[in-house]
Amino acid sequence: MTADQQAPRTEPGAAGPPAPATAPGGTGRAYGRYVAVAVLVVLAAAPLFLAPFATSTLSRVLVFALFAVSLDLLVGVTGLPSLGHAAYFGSGAYAAGWVSIHVTAQAPVPLLVGAGVGALAAALTGWITVRSAGVFFLMLTLAIGELVGQVANSWESVTGGANGLTGVPAVRVGGEPLANAGFTHWYVLLVFVLGFALVWVVARSPFGDALRGIRDNEPRMRALGYSTSLYKYAVFVLAGGVAGMAGSLLVAQQRLVSTADVGFLISSLMLLAVVIGGAGSLWGACLGAALVVVVRDALGPTLDGHGPLVLGIVFVVVVYLLPRGAAGLLGRTR
Amino acid sequence: MLVSILNGVAIGFLLFILAVGLSLVFGMMDVLNLAHGALFLLGAYLGATLAGSWGGFLGALGLAAVGGLAAGVLLSLMTEPLRKRSHLDQALLTLGVALIAAELLIIVFGDDPLSAAAPPGLDGSVSVLGAVYPTYRLLIIVIGAVLALAVYLVVDRTRVGALVRATVADREMVATLGIDNRLVKGAVFAVGSVLATVAGVLGGPIYGARPGLDATVLILALVVVVIGGLGSVRGALVGALVIGQIDTVGRVLLPDFASFVLFGALALVLVLRPQGLFGTRAVAR
Repeated sequence: MTADQQAPRTEPGAAGPPAPATAPGGTGRAYGRYVAVAVLVVLAAAPLFLAPFATSTLSRVLVFALFAVSLDLLVGVTGLPSLGHAAYFGSGAYAAGWVSIHVTAQAPVPLLVGAGVGALAAALTGWITVRSAGVFFLMLTLAIGELVGQVANSWESVTGGANGLTGVPAVRVGGEPLANAGFTHWYVLLVFVLGFALVWVVARSPFGDALRGIRDNEPRMRALGYSTSLYKYAVFVLAGGVAGMAGSLLVAQQRLVSTADVGFLISSLMLLAVVIGGAGSLWGACLGAALVVVVRDALGPTLDGHGPLVLGIVFVVVVYLLPRGAAGLLGRTR
Repeated sequence: MLVSILNGVAIGFLLFILAVGLSLVFGMMDVLNLAHGALFLLGAYLGATLAGSWGGFLGALGLAAVGGLAAGVLLSLMTEPLRKRSHLDQALLTLGVALIAAELLIIVFGDDPLSAAAPPGLDGSVSVLGAVYPTYRLLIIVIGAVLALAVYLVVDRTRVGALVRATVADREMVATLGIDNRLVKGAVFAVGSVLATVAGVLGGPIYGARPGLDATVLILALVVVVIGGLGSVRGALVGALVIGQIDTVGRVLLPDFASFVLFGALALVLVLRPQGLFGTRAVAR
């Protein structure tokens, strides 16, 4: 069933390792490498010529881009459309914030705690979700995501309840707190690159090929002897961990976490980001996240607070007009 | 405790009215209608604005039913071109509709929470087995029980119901018999949406009307549907009553962790019966 739905995104022969479709055209890939380096250089240089507000918006884009990339590992690569991925992003953010306040804000600690708690939350909930397929998976992830959001709202002693977790200290690197928006941006960029590279390597590995095989034709992968639920569980936990990393970046960037960062709206906006970018394309997911964050945070206030209205219209338009996302427009499916 | 249990029954029947439409649309046409919560919110806002007198209450119910009918037909038409595509596309479309609808409701009704008054004569309380209990909630129990019976009888005992069940079981076969399943889909979508908006009016005096309520009730309805099993009226009823109890009694016993309890129940049911208590379709394929 999942196979027919996802079929348009890839050629039918791509199931099973080694999937020939993992390698896009050679020249395109060489150009891609130059573009990637150029983009990284621009991103790294950005704080030198951008105003602090623009810099922190750019950092937020990177935070949500990492979130979108982790979600794309589920949606695009494995064909598991999660509507509750913010649960793991939020768990990571709260955990990183809590550790920063109560234990230490020394650099790798909040990051590792955020990633660990994101993965743990995904491990605890994933064993229910990955047993289901298609529309069941959608609604289970949605329900679990929202229940985690309610926990964040009601567990006041740890999460600060409706006020959120405030007063998170700046991340410290080697004893120095990163007070300045530019330094924070470089920290966010560094972690983003690490997280992106992790997902990219996983997606290109034989494990990633197996995941794409599951997306395209799960019964066939089972017949080939793959324990598909184990693969799905593993990728669910991994994606939860990367989302937790992104959550720890969110705290590092905005120095607070609120229930608005855990809820259903974030999950659905990031799913929109992945779909806009073209599910399966990690770069596309980043571009989609950039679009969503800019519409919501930068454009939202000028739209009289009706950012959600614009995003709702974007949802409808994207579904009808761009079934394969922006990456589909460019003629590349991954 | 008796009051909590009765509250649970009232909320349960309200959830049933909300969830049964979601369950039928979902079980039948494979459309996960994420705008279902927004329909409830529409009813809640209409009730909060108009209710307070019997004329207003019945007027709100009538307007909500018309609105639900129109929305159901519209949603059915909008999702039709996506039938051959993935569930994800349908979910995204209805999610977009839900976002737009929620914003429009805020524009029309403002973003302050509104409270709805029960109609006169029902705003007092009565004594039930020695406990003082709001009359309006008893009315919800009665209306819910009557609607549950009605939906059950229609789906289980009439030709129309047989057609709906047949479409759930085998859409192609029904199409082969010369019945346009777009019509069946539109009708079920319309009935489900009307039930959602009516549930909103009825639930107004309990939940009030506020931004964000749409997501809250949508999740409760989804949990009901998952626990009860897809497309099963009986499942929706049992699931709704169970969730009603968990949500109210759980809140009294473990105020901080009612969501954990809800999740625990969901997990337990899915581990024991992945297809839900009364579900017939296989979950994993």
